[in-house]
Amino acid sequence: MTLELVGISVLWLFLFGYVIIGSIDFGAGFFSTYSDWAGKKHLIHKIIQRYLSPVWEVTNVFLVFFFVGIVGFFPKTAYYYGTALLVPASISIILLAIRGSYYAFGTYGVKDNKWYAFFYGMTGIFIPASFTTVLTISEGGFIDIQDNRITLLYGELLRSPYSWGVVLLAIVSVLFISASFLTYYAHAAGDEKATRLLRMYSLLWSFPSILAAFAVMFTLKGHNPVHFSKMLDIGWVFVLSALFFAGAVYLIYKKSQYGTAFVLVVLQYGFAFFGYGFSHYPYLLYPHLTIYDGFTNPTMAIALIIAFIAGLLLLLPSLYLLMRLFLFNKKYVKGEI
Amino acid sequence: MFTYNAVLYSRILTEVTLAFHILFATIGVGVPLLIALAQWIGIKRNDPHYILLARRWTRGFVITVAVGVVTGTAIGLQLSLLWPNFMELAGQVISLPLFLETFAFFFEAIFLGIYLYTWDRFKNQMKHFLLLIPVVIGSSASALFITIVNAFMNTPQGFELKDGVIVSIQPLVAMFNPAMPTKVGHVLASAYMTSAFVLASIAAYRILRGSKHVYHKKALHITLVPALVFSLATAIIGDFSGKFLAEYQPEKLAAAEWHFETSEKAPLVLFGSLDENNKVKNGITIPYALSILAHNNPNAEVVGLNEFPADELPPLYIHYFFDLMVTIGVLLTVVAFIYLILHKRRKSTPYRKSLLVTIVLSGPLALLAIELGWIFAEVGRQPWILRGYMKTSTGATTADYVDILLICFIALYALLAIVSTIVLRKMFKNNPVEQEFEQMNSAQEVNNL
Repeated sequence: MTLELVGISVLWLFLFGYVIIGSIDFGAGFFSTYSDWAGKKHLIHKIIQRYLSPVWEVTNVFLVFFFVGIVGFFPKTAYYYGTALLVPASISIILLAIRGSYYAFGTYGVKDNKWYAFFYGMTGIFIPASFTTVLTISEGGFIDIQDNRITLLYGELLRSPYSWGVVLLAIVSVLFISASFLTYYAHAAGDEKATRLLRMYSLLWSFPSILAAFAVMFTLKGHNPVHFSKMLDIGWVFVLSALFFAGAVYLIYKKSQYGTAFVLVVLQYGFAFFGYGFSHYPYLLYPHLTIYDGFTNPTMAIALIIAFIAGLLLLLPSLYLLMRLFLFNKKYVKGEI
Repeated sequence: MFTYNAVLYSRILTEVTLAFHILFATIGVGVPLLIALAQWIGIKRNDPHYILLARRWTRGFVITVAVGVVTGTAIGLQLSLLWPNFMELAGQVISLPLFLETFAFFFEAIFLGIYLYTWDRFKNQMKHFLLLIPVVIGSSASALFITIVNAFMNTPQGFELKDGVIVSIQPLVAMFNPAMPTKVGHVLASAYMTSAFVLASIAAYRILRGSKHVYHKKALHITLVPALVFSLATAIIGDFSGKFLAEYQPEKLAAAEWHFETSEKAPLVLFGSLDENNKVKNGITIPYALSILAHNNPNAEVVGLNEFPADELPPLYIHYFFDLMVTIGVLLTVVAFIYLILHKRRKSTPYRKSLLVTIVLSGPLALLAIELGWIFAEVGRQPWILRGYMKTSTGATTADYVDILLICFIALYALLAIVSTIVLRKMFKNNPVEQEFEQMNSAQEVNNL
């Protein structure tokens, strides 16, 4: 395995981590707000709050880790993506800032303010949508490079069915992943009412999510046939992903083993996400930038990998402690401590 | 307004983001240390006042951390968005400390989450205290690593530039660059100092408003003693920084001191103004002081601004920033010192109005000094983004709409500033110490029954 592959694999893994825990976070915000409008806030608010409070800051670090890491391993991405994404990424930053700070303000400062809840909930939908721009433009065709000047073609981006497909997929996936996790969490807390409501949300968002996935595949065929045919080459990965999806929905529908169901959802997205990434290989930005011409020098790569391993040795036990004390602590989940 | 100029707008946007972030970042680095101190004393002396102090500081701290995290995420991304050419070049040499900073941040985030939600979960208070140590280490380590990146921009080394291509990279040499020790030392000491004064001004404010509770007096004491210690440390490291500048960035020191002609026995000029021929007017001149600051020797030669090409000179207004920063630093040290003397002397009291008012002002003044110091350090290395290698104008983005984004971000920061102030005020106004202390006592009695 080359250093380039190690680098991109590490980053892809962290991005996947962010996709899952970020989705739970964004979806939880949306459900919290939505249930407030629907007059059902009392049912699920506590469950969501208890999960989010100790981990909201950690969620954010996964994202920071990814974008610092990618500039470290692939400095040229700073040049290409940095220039092209100025506007969409700045919108994401502003939404993230509103969301993160308002979560803290609302939770620790002023209780039960409708405005906080509203901003918090809506950003949960808009942030995933704005993030998808990165994945969309990585397929090529959305930026123009002339005389070392990079311009993002906003018109192309807004007219492309592919880009809208990705936005749709991101939003419904966030809601599905989040609902399936929160169903498990509510069930573990022994909160039957919350479980019932969240189970309904997961079933409701399951089919749009799989439909959107097909829509994205279909539109990608028109947009980037090279990538599409590579995806077909490893088609079994996506078939497995669909099977995991079916298994998860079946378990949630049967009201049994919500934990296993969530693991299946993670596997479903894991296979799809890594399958997507693998078939995109070796391009970071089709067709301008591959992981080979964008890679940092070998000295720095080795230094970064050493730092990464040392960091993991520190992080994994800490994350384990966090989970032991909160996520997998029966008393905490049930709200007894 | 200005005509569209991506470099100018990129600079302003970066300045605005950093200026806003640094207030929260400084508190984020210093306050955990003081929380740890309060909790430690509380446990050792079995004094619930200190425990409550740690608890209340922590509660306010969470709000500042939230703003610090989101603005930190903003500047982290803006580095690549606004300075893509710079990051492409520097990323090859300096990404190691950037990467390490995220680890430190990760570490801190995990343990802060645990610390916040385990106040009542351990029978042994010491266990809870131990959770704070990784928070202190994490927050100070992120300051360390990110300051290393900034130090590298001031004294780049650990690579060679051959025909525009970077070769022979040594990541550790780049990290341990000449600017690093004084920068890191000054940043850490001044962050602890500033946080101590900020917390002291809150305590002084409560006493001034008539609260007789001993809690506030303890708070004042436990913040002002470290404040004095860290002020002295900041001043000493500041002096080392002057010597560093004289050797490695003489143009920054010369601009800060309006020292035009290279000369021996150089005097130090405080404040004053410049006329059109760059003659200093109305300044206070201290003979030999600049030679002493630069080389520890009253007769030493100090390089003047005239030795440098005109297009490589920093703007001369940084003189005021430098002078103001130093003045505030000295003033605050004196305030903490006076408090301590009055506290030690039996016959006098430190709780007199004039001193308390000055202490109330000390927190905001310390934060102001942080801003002034950073502006001095950053503007002082203009026109370089990577001193000696890349000018700021070639590092900036070429993209459109930076001007519109600038307005959006200013609005965002204004909103965050207003709301966080309201939230912090409400948080403590609705729940005064006396009330919380009674609750704590009655809870204890219930437990004892």
